[in-house]
Amino acid sequence: MLKVESPAKHLMAHGISTCAGCSMELAARYLLKAAGPQSIVVIPPGCAALLSGFGAETVVKVPVFQGNLENTAAYAAGIRAGLEVLGKEGINVVGFAGDGATVDIGLQALSAAFERGDHILYVCYDNEAYMNTGIQGSASTFPDAWTTTTPAGKEGLGKNMLEIAAAHRIPYAATASAGYVNDLARKLTAAVQAAREKGPAYLHISTPCPTGWRFDPALTIAVAKAAVQTRAWNLVEVVDGDWRLTVEVKDPKPIGEYLRLQGRFRALTPEQEAKLQQLVDSEYEKLLAHLK
Amino acid sequence: MAVKRRLLDGNSAAALAMQMARVQVAAMYPITPQSPIAEAMSEFAAQGSYPKKFMRVESEHSALSAAVGACLVGARAGTATSSVGLALMHEVLGVASGVRAPIVMPVVNRALAAPWSLWADHQDAMAERDSGWLQLYVENVQEVFDSVLMAYKIAEDPRVLLPIMVCQDGFFVSHNSEAVAVPAQEVVDAFLPPYEPKNAYLDPASPLVIDDLTPPTLFTELRYQQKEAFANALTVIEEVGAEYGRLTGRTYGLVEEYRLADAETALVVLGSVAGTMKGLVDERRALGERLGLLRIRSFRPFPAAKIRAALTGRKRVLVFDRSAGLGSDTAPLFTEVKAALAGLSPAPQLFGYVAGLGGRDVMPATLARALAAAEKGSGQGVSAWIDVNQAEVGGEKEC
Ligand code: SF4
Repeated sequence: MLKVESPAKHLMAHGISTCAGCSMELAARYLLKAAGPQSIVVIPPGCAALLSGFGAETVVKVPVFQGNLENTAAYAAGIRAGLEVLGKEGINVVGFAGDGATVDIGLQALSAAFERGDHILYVCYDNEAYMNTGIQGSASTFPDAWTTTTPAGKEGLGKNMLEIAAAHRIPYAATASAGYVNDLARKLTAAVQAAREKGPAYLHISTPCPTGWRFDPALTIAVAKAAVQTRAWNLVEVVDGDWRLTVEVKDPKPIGEYLRLQGRFRALTPEQEAKLQQLVDSEYEKLLAHLK
Repeated sequence: MAVKRRLLDGNSAAALAMQMARVQVAAMYPITPQSPIAEAMSEFAAQGSYPKKFMRVESEHSALSAAVGACLVGARAGTATSSVGLALMHEVLGVASGVRAPIVMPVVNRALAAPWSLWADHQDAMAERDSGWLQLYVENVQEVFDSVLMAYKIAEDPRVLLPIMVCQDGFFVSHNSEAVAVPAQEVVDAFLPPYEPKNAYLDPASPLVIDDLTPPTLFTELRYQQKEAFANALTVIEEVGAEYGRLTGRTYGLVEEYRLADAETALVVLGSVAGTMKGLVDERRALGERLGLLRIRSFRPFPAAKIRAALTGRKRVLVFDRSAGLGSDTAPLFTEVKAALAGLSPAPQLFGYVAGLGGRDVMPATLARALAAAEKGSGQGVSAWIDVNQAEVGGEKEC
């Protein structure tokens, strides 16, 4: 039998079965640290289900319910309602779901929880595809990226989940990145607090996936940082309707410096790259318009 | 004992029973003909009564998901639905039963689209017969009220711990007003203590992962436990029905026998059409015919032994289904009854009928035709459709 030499220091064991270099795992560790032991987490099937565990084994020290793909927010809302009627205070109710379970199939239940003002924290780890089922494209897949269901490159610009969340006028919505962990940790703390005191909180974290994005696992943080530094991913916070950049990239690098780190853009033509540059530039302009 | 008589329809009886059961969280989405249940529960919550929290969800899928979440932290939870709403819940029905959440759900039976229909038909619930939920089918408004109360006691029994549907026929019961005997709240409270989660629950003081990926061997073992729970429910339903009877004078079991003891011909049925059939039985009895009725209250678990005992010695058995059973020789209820009676000696002649789909009236004349046909012995062993007149929809066949 394998002897584990060092006990886990926090709420999640080490040596868990995510792929090497997985930044979802990193995000999960920060999430559990921010939420603390007084938490109940809902996780749909997907990569994060690796945290729920298998059979009689789990890797987390907080209660977890593994839901279905589309109803993480509804389960979380029900849990919150149950705690409320039983007078159980001081427990954080957290949904932790991937982009497929959030931006695609889970959007309806999430939108309803936002609209009802349920006191839940919903965290989307965005690895930009259905990674657990084998790299199939989602609404969050970056334009022109290869996936197993977008073999010629993904068409369409995808959904802007931050705008969707903010349009529900929830008290707290933000983007974050596994490459900027201080920013991530601060936002997680703010989101936990908002969900306790005010209403729904939403955090959308860019979590590069070496397996699906086709890069060396040693480069995860570099890829995550490159996304921000090229403005392919912007770090923003919307508190009570006020938008602000939390990491301002004054002198952005060309988009190619992000794309060329990854195998999923290998087939990109110079024309496509130019188009993507225009896209991130114009999206940034639109973002700035929110900041006034 | 303070018993009030109140004029209630099936929907308001279901809602009142949930309120008196002190349901803490109700998550509901409106659908015809169930909507008045959602309205009544939201009104109760607004008045500060039970449910303590009414969740206005955006779909039936989320309604049941929220009820599961609330139940797993220890709240008594409920929802209600009908027809395509029940179909939309399908995925979560399996979760609720698999995590052994004792949720009670009034189902107002209505046909499934297509074509669209608003009216009574059991196909919605029959489509969920293997979802791991107990299913009770009631005949009238009093029984809706009584069964919803009993359902919480049955579902929460540690020998059972399964969710339960209390099925009432759309409009025939849901929108039909009757004088209902309503026991005092103290009587209900004594009958139904507060809910305490006894199995899997979510509590940071005692962390547990519920519903993670499960290897094949364990999966089979857990399914087997559910199967055992259904077997236990056969006993628990009768125990709870007897206890309820001692408190209220109305005793319920797995089946109801009506003038069956010496019957030569037995009608077997689910739901509200039993009322019409009881009238027919009385008429025929007055003429000296030995006709009786077996109404099956519990379709899940299916009380095969009870049914076998009740139908032993009958010359002929006529089973009426309010669902089509497409692609099968026999509609769902008949399939089960036939299997329950297999090998009986002497064997009764078995006849199946599909009637009353999409709310179509099942008239005494229709029943009379079925009886006459059965007396001639024709069409044994398969479900025949009665009252079909294809000329009405431009077809040629008229029968
Ligand atoms: S596929 Fe990607 S997101 Fe999933 S566990 Fe592996 S690295 Fe993490």
